[in-house]
Amino acid sequence: MMEPRFKVGDPVAVARRGHDGHHRAPFYLKGRAGEVAEVIGAFRNPEQLAYHKPGLPKCFLYLVRFRQSDLWKAYDGPAADVLTAEIYEHWLEPAQSRG
Amino acid sequence: MPAKHDHHDHDHDLGGHDDHIAPAEAPPSAHEILERAISALLIEKGVIAEADIQRQINFMASRNPALGAKIVAKAWADPAFKKALVAEPRETLKAHFDIDIGTATELKVIENGPRDHHVVTCTLCSCYPRLILGPPPAWYKSFEYRSRVVAEPRAVLKEFGFEPPRSTAVHVHDSTADLRYLIIPRRPKGTDGWSEAKLAALVTRDSMIGTAEALEPAAA
Repeated sequence: MMEPRFKVGDPVAVARRGHDGHHRAPFYLKGRAGEVAEVIGAFRNPEQLAYHKPGLPKCFLYLVRFRQSDLWKAYDGPAADVLTAEIYEHWLEPAQSRG
Repeated sequence: MPAKHDHHDHDHDLGGHDDHIAPAEAPPSAHEILERAISALLIEKGVIAEADIQRQINFMASRNPALGAKIVAKAWADPAFKKALVAEPRETLKAHFDIDIGTATELKVIENGPRDHHVVTCTLCSCYPRLILGPPPAWYKSFEYRSRVVAEPRAVLKEFGFEPPRSTAVHVHDSTADLRYLIIPRRPKGTDGWSEAKLAALVTRDSMIGTAEALEPAAA
């Protein structure tokens, strides 16, 4: 079994790329940076499962936490407000730590 | 008429068919025709029987928020159960409620508290813990809820009648892939010593999605 590329606390960004077909990286998170909140495990790749392919090898899935103020310029809630989403490893890139 | 891609193609929770049934007078949609053709083929080839389909429909129809409410009430009443439920939801639900989460998805159980309030959505479709809460409400699947709750959660919560103070961090969980969420709402004050059955009456569907708090004792 392969090891996950990222660990809890790692700063990551969602790749800012398009994808022709089914995928699970929401558009509003593309190009946005957050941090790994949890390594959920390895799952079959939904980009293949959607087309009746086996989706193997399995890919690592991460819970990524974003600050709301990093997602929306006009966000007026407290700085502690956050959003989490599940992002597959091949949609994540290392990002700069913001301390 | 060509099939409209409705983003439900990856809603692989069991029992997602009930909400696609059109009124009897309308011509069948492309999805219905496909579903009928596949069922007929599977039955004809002996892969499944009609009774299997009915059994599964009955099973999914038996799932509703009352089941989630029983789980939450037990978590409120029994701290050891709550701890186990949060740490190992799969094993704990199997042992105490004979619920089999299956292998397709993972369940995450999160407790709301004074410092952190959690609310769940699925911006990509309508992922929802159907095994525990039954089918999702219409608003959960609406474009408006899905698009607004990620960007202005506090405004959306306010419309549901709940305003967390600014000292409470609001966590929005976008259930984009293989996790499903069950929220344990805060136990209302004035319920000390209540039985699990009495507590369960305070646990609403919306409070387990995180768009509301549990009912106050006076309202139950």
